[in-house]
Amino acid sequence: MSAALVGTRQLVRLALRRDRIILPIWILVLSFLPASTAKLYHELYPTEAARQALISGAGKNPSISVIYGPAFDLSTPGGFASWRYTGVIAVLIGLMAIFTVTRHTRAEEDTGRLELLGSTVVGRYAALTAAVLVSAGTSLVIGLLMAFSSIGAGLPAAGSFAMGLGLTLVGWTFTGVAAVCVQIAEFSRTANGIGSAVLGVTYLLRGAGDSSTDATWLSWLSPIGWAQQVRAFAGERWWVLPMTLVFAVAIGSVGYWLLPRRDVGAGVLPARPGPAVAAPGLRSPFALAWRLQKGTLIGWTSGMLLVGAMFGSLASGMGDLIGDSPQAKEIFQRMGGAQSIVDSFIAGMGGMFGIFAALYAVQAVLRMRTEETAVRVEPLLATNVSRLSWVGSHLVFPIVGPAVILAVGGFGMGLMHGLRVGDVGGQLPGALGGALAQLPAVWVVAGISAVLFGLFPKYAMAAWAPIGLFVLITMFGPAVNLSQAIMDVSPFTHIPKLPAAELTMTPLVWLTGIAVVAVAAGMAGFRRRDIG
Amino acid sequence: MDNAISVNGLHKSFGRTKALDGLDLTVATGEVHGFLGPNGSGKSTTIRVLLGLLRADRGEVTLLGGDPWRDAADLHRRLAYVPGDVNLWPNLSGGEVIDLLGRLRGGLDTKRRDSLIERFDLDPKKKGRTYSKGNRQKVAIIAALASSVELLVLDEPTSGLDPLMEATFQYAISEEIEQGRTVLLSSHILAEVEALCDRVSIIRNGRTVETGTLSELRHLTRTSISAELAGHPNGLSTLDSVHDLHVDGNKVRFDVETHALDDVLRRLSDVGVRSLTSQPPTLEELFLRHYTAEGAVTK
Repeated sequence: MSAALVGTRQLVRLALRRDRIILPIWILVLSFLPASTAKLYHELYPTEAARQALISGAGKNPSISVIYGPAFDLSTPGGFASWRYTGVIAVLIGLMAIFTVTRHTRAEEDTGRLELLGSTVVGRYAALTAAVLVSAGTSLVIGLLMAFSSIGAGLPAAGSFAMGLGLTLVGWTFTGVAAVCVQIAEFSRTANGIGSAVLGVTYLLRGAGDSSTDATWLSWLSPIGWAQQVRAFAGERWWVLPMTLVFAVAIGSVGYWLLPRRDVGAGVLPARPGPAVAAPGLRSPFALAWRLQKGTLIGWTSGMLLVGAMFGSLASGMGDLIGDSPQAKEIFQRMGGAQSIVDSFIAGMGGMFGIFAALYAVQAVLRMRTEETAVRVEPLLATNVSRLSWVGSHLVFPIVGPAVILAVGGFGMGLMHGLRVGDVGGQLPGALGGALAQLPAVWVVAGISAVLFGLFPKYAMAAWAPIGLFVLITMFGPAVNLSQAIMDVSPFTHIPKLPAAELTMTPLVWLTGIAVVAVAAGMAGFRRRDIG
Repeated sequence: MDNAISVNGLHKSFGRTKALDGLDLTVATGEVHGFLGPNGSGKSTTIRVLLGLLRADRGEVTLLGGDPWRDAADLHRRLAYVPGDVNLWPNLSGGEVIDLLGRLRGGLDTKRRDSLIERFDLDPKKKGRTYSKGNRQKVAIIAALASSVELLVLDEPTSGLDPLMEATFQYAISEEIEQGRTVLLSSHILAEVEALCDRVSIIRNGRTVETGTLSELRHLTRTSISAELAGHPNGLSTLDSVHDLHVDGNKVRFDVETHALDDVLRRLSDVGVRSLTSQPPTLEELFLRHYTAEGAVTK
């Protein structure tokens, strides 16, 4: 066995070197959320009555349990923080694990780099083991930092460790899941897709279990459910932790079992042959762009439909979540901008959809950079395709795609909320409008990405930075009372919060104008620069 | 128009790295031109400037009578390009890529496409990633040869092809030549260059160091002579055209520059020749001389 692991240490160091930016970001973002929320608990719910309202309202509302999970004990800061964040962080730590494992195994095989490494003194299992160690180690660091920061915030040690280690084990479970996915799928994109789908299903399973009274066993089918069933700060069930560990090791072993049963570069799932002749329609740069971009767009669109429908079904229960806490109400109204809690919720969710659509837009712009660095643009530009038509065909996606995503998300939300309150005709237009109003801000984000791609291609990946900043401003700005000057940096701040607020066209026109100039500058830059 | 490609004093830098430093290249219409040089000498950079993918810093570049940067898309209708390192889209089959590139170039001859697929023994149903390097190369070659264009720009097109496929490639290219197409062939395979090319240009460090027909270039090489003479050789060491002279009694061994062969042989026969073997100049020698630093021939 040890021969099969030769070189693992060097590969771990290589992985850490390559991930020296992304892993610290994951760690920073995920480790400190519960501690910081726990500190806010007494400000949000200052009186006994406010806490009681929270417990009897949100704590008992099944449509809220779908999102956050079961509320075991909301009367303490720890119980509140772990209820509020365990599910969300479980999803994110799962994504971290999937992406990390894939990045250092299947993605390396895709590029052929692993073959180069494999020809040196590197054992058969070394690459997988290195990826697993990096992912599992990062999960452990996140869990421990979370536990220590929670203790530092004055939470009980037992609960802090139960919460942190429970989430570490979710990371380990999805490290194991990813170890299987990268054997099954032939491309890193597919491996990430399968892993994320498994993650989504486990999230929905526990959502279904948590919101029902007769099928609570469903939650026990989900590793994310287990992290919640540890019951941190609410009478810890320690035995759930070793149970999760056993499962994580078991599923990871499947990956190790599959590895020697396939060839390097190939997957367990065989690649299907394609057509010998291209379809008549495949004859323009746009047809190719569509072929390359459609999968991502369809994925985001169907995801947004689900998310929209889910939030729509939650909207009418929102009054309960906030209870009688005037502070919480105020925060929500700052986010949503109106007196009506439900309308503010819908407006706030519209803003979230805007962020999602902007993430898609950045991804769609950067697809061009991927094509360029993979040297697949040159053969196209060596044909009768002009640079403008190539870049234009791809830019259709970050410009029109977000409109589709927002429309579908707003539609899903409006429809479900309308069905719940028996007023589809009245609720649908507001939710749809609120989502679509985000478009100009999304276009600004797309424009910034286009400028980077067109003028500073080496730094194209920096396109993630502005959207990251805007996410922080939009999600946490209202809660921490950020000054208006800083809030104004984000284009999303300027979008009227429909349906709660009045529709004002001026900011929309301005933002669209900025986006048009930025996209044009990016295209002009691409036309004039060297390719490659 | 006499020249399909004419490049004069081309300069191109990437940051502080000088890739091209006053390169000249002329390819006459209807000619097959070999483009040679060591790795990193600037061959691919030159080709990418010719394709309008890179912008020249300085120098005149004319391609098919146009400006490759300004008229890129229009000129590309009339040429086909095979890159040295072909990357295919993972989710497109080889057949789809061939058709797509052909159509984007302005149409392809489906009969010729099918016959090329057969001759190159390519499975067009496979998806991009599942092809080996050689098969990816075949996809690009077939896509280029299936459309009827005036100019073929081939950047190490046979890297990764097996000897059988290389022969198929040479045959297919010679058919193109008969059709009167112009070919710019960058290659390291000297037999291929020798078989196909009318003229060659050799570049090093971004500069053209030699250009001419193969027989002209051969003239610049040296012939190796070893001989047994009737007496002691005299004066050979004083000649500039004689190199690496070894004298062992009546036996001599030396290299002589081909243009001085006549003169040297006369001197030998003056002494009296008992036996003589000569080795003709090989292209390898020629290239090695140009590939390595000036004058320092590595053997």
